[in-house]
Amino acid sequence: MSIPENLKYTADHEWISMEGDIATVGITNHAQEELTDIVFVELPELGLECKAEDSIAVVESVKAASDIYAPLTGSVVAANAELEGDPALVNTDPHGKGWIFKMKVKDLSDVDALMDATAYSALIGG
Amino acid sequence: MSEAVNQSSPLESLHIELGAKMVPFAGWNMPVQYTSNMDEHQAVREAVGVFDISHMGQFFLQGEGAEDWLNGILTNNVKKLSSGDAQYTIMLNEKGGVIDDLIIYKMAEDKVFMVVNASKIDEDLAWLQSQLDADLKLTLSDDSLNWAGMAVQGPDAVSAYGEVLGGRTLPKRNGVDVWEENGQQVIVCRTGYTGEDGFELFTRAEDGEAWFQKFINAGAKPCGLGARDSLRLEVCFPLNGSDLSPERTPLEAGLGYFCALDKPFIGSEVLLKQQENGLKERLVAIKYLGTGAPPRAHYSIHDKEGKQLGELTSGVFSPSLKEGIAMGYLPVSHAAVGTELDIDVRGRKFPAVIVKKPFYKKG
Repeated sequence: MSIPENLKYTADHEWISMEGDIATVGITNHAQEELTDIVFVELPELGLECKAEDSIAVVESVKAASDIYAPLTGSVVAANAELEGDPALVNTDPHGKGWIFKMKVKDLSDVDALMDATAYSALIGG
Repeated sequence: MSEAVNQSSPLESLHIELGAKMVPFAGWNMPVQYTSNMDEHQAVREAVGVFDISHMGQFFLQGEGAEDWLNGILTNNVKKLSSGDAQYTIMLNEKGGVIDDLIIYKMAEDKVFMVVNASKIDEDLAWLQSQLDADLKLTLSDDSLNWAGMAVQGPDAVSAYGEVLGGRTLPKRNGVDVWEENGQQVIVCRTGYTGEDGFELFTRAEDGEAWFQKFINAGAKPCGLGARDSLRLEVCFPLNGSDLSPERTPLEAGLGYFCALDKPFIGSEVLLKQQENGLKERLVAIKYLGTGAPPRAHYSIHDKEGKQLGELTSGVFSPSLKEGIAMGYLPVSHAAVGTELDIDVRGRKFPAVIVKKPFYKKG
């Protein structure tokens, strides 16, 4: 479960799951382990137009607030409202129920520039 | 000697072995957490935890008249101490602002041990030295780098002590015990910074890891600075540099109980005047109404009409109460318990209310 092969990754420790032109985005297992004890998630607004690397959400642990970035250029089409009541899902199921938002990707060729599991594994020294 | 920049705790290799995440704090590389801030916090509230506090400063003051001299510098009444007693007290500048808050321990007649904040070691020492008079034969030494310190805290701290120290009785609340082990001094004080029962143990730096391990073996969970901060904020213990500053008096900080205004000390005239004229601002406890992005230091505080009143000095998601808690200075006109406010987090306002201190009470 630590670095699923079917996902794409960013250097900001986010994972991306592609389905057509919709990207589902969350933080990696490694990121949640580093942050520990997620107590609040500030979700992006639906319809928000964003460029890759824009800060559009925030994940807060007891200690600190960490920005969540749009991994690609596009617009936000869904946000995981379940996290408002149960932010700890990001800890317990980071690649599943802990997803943060979905975005419609403007240019699918940008997806190729994201890291694969091997590259991400190398990044975190795993 | 007290150039406390980039110091490593004498327990550092043990922390790394225990899987701690290390962060720089007040010039020291210290464990912020081992496994989880929440779990460590809970261990202290429900069982027992052990914290490395080696970064804190240790001063020794000795000589005839030591207590009289200190009594003219510190806010609390040193004369109330018998040998073996400890006291929370505050050191002020001439404007009545806080230089540091500290605990002093009367080891014997005219012999005082002082534990000060890591970030203030140099400043405290310089201030105290500047008050020394050549006519007084007092020796003041900063021995910070030679000592390791650990705080064992929680309802099971007393039994952990018994397990490690056999027949030795833990001193009473705010009491001190000193003995020698293998020719090295060990100092134990029934004090802490978590709102729980417990003690702080100081030993020579090289013996620190062995002692820390003994308390872990006796059931104490290693806890980092993260849990230390959420624990102390739940019981509204101020943190110098955040809740206390040279611009704020202890009366504004709600620490009047520790200021013996019936004796003169540096800054006492300012406090007396403040008491007579009334305070303009006070440090209050603020709790979120409902869930929201956890409050943190420097977020702005607004009245319900949107006017900014001040900013938070500390804030955290309370692991015990499961809600945001914070402190901040507010004008007395807006400082009454029950006053509703908004906390601005990245442009979003979260409703909050002033509550009675502390946020968390045992039982």
